[in-house]
Amino acid sequence: MTSPRTLTFLLMDAPYESSRSTTALRLIDTALRRGYNVNVFAYEGAVYLPFSKQAPHANAVHGRSVEEEDHPNPKDWIAALLAAAAARGVTLDWVQCGLCVDERGAAESIPGPRRGGPPDFFKFTQGSVNTLVIPTR
Amino acid sequence: MKTLNIVSTGYRATLEEQDDTVLWLLQALKGAGADVDVVLRNSAVNYAVAGQNAAGLTFGERSQTQPPRIGDDLARIVAKGMRVYVVEDDLAERGIAAEDMLPGMQLMRADQLPRLVADYDNVWNW
Repeated sequence: MTSPRTLTFLLMDAPYESSRSTTALRLIDTALRRGYNVNVFAYEGAVYLPFSKQAPHANAVHGRSVEEEDHPNPKDWIAALLAAAAARGVTLDWVQCGLCVDERGAAESIPGPRRGGPPDFFKFTQGSVNTLVIPTR
Repeated sequence: MKTLNIVSTGYRATLEEQDDTVLWLLQALKGAGADVDVVLRNSAVNYAVAGQNAAGLTFGERSQTQPPRIGDDLARIVAKGMRVYVVEDDLAERGIAAEDMLPGMQLMRADQLPRLVADYDNVWNW
């Protein structure tokens, strides 16, 4: 059944490759702040967005230590969005395309995202007031 | 060996990286002894605009404290002796005036690019 308070996003870009990933997270953040439940289907390279082994580093070019650089990796942003959803009493249901995960060896995710497949995405679209696909270009 | 780097796409994951990956790499290469210069064209010409501010990004309760500072990166690049060329045709298309540029930028016409390329041993087109 379609929920007027649920939106679905399909993300496809790998982290650190384009501005689309940040834009998608901005949209998700705004939707959660406005009380929407949000579904995400992470497809292809996007399954690396919540990869738990992402690590910050010092940046000699910037002249900053790892602490000064204070680099939030995408997994940290996704964790923050999951926490924000819980705090607001809405849901952020993040599904990782399982075959895409297997292809890339990207199974080690932060807590929260779950494994799924295209049928989950289809189910998301059936229950959402709208779906935004943000593909790789 | 002189290498000319042509950057045609601006703001490609700069918020995620907290910088531009090519401008970052050029600084690192220069530090390693490379002789590199850069051309900013197409959407990348916006990098040369003074007064940019990308601060304020927050997801949930996680805020970015070190946003990309492309202007600072370009200033360091110029200070390290690299040339930064900016294609003025692309500036004009975007309504960006020369007086809005950071100091040290060298404006060039698009039709001057082939002659510039000929001055280098390598051209890396990003």
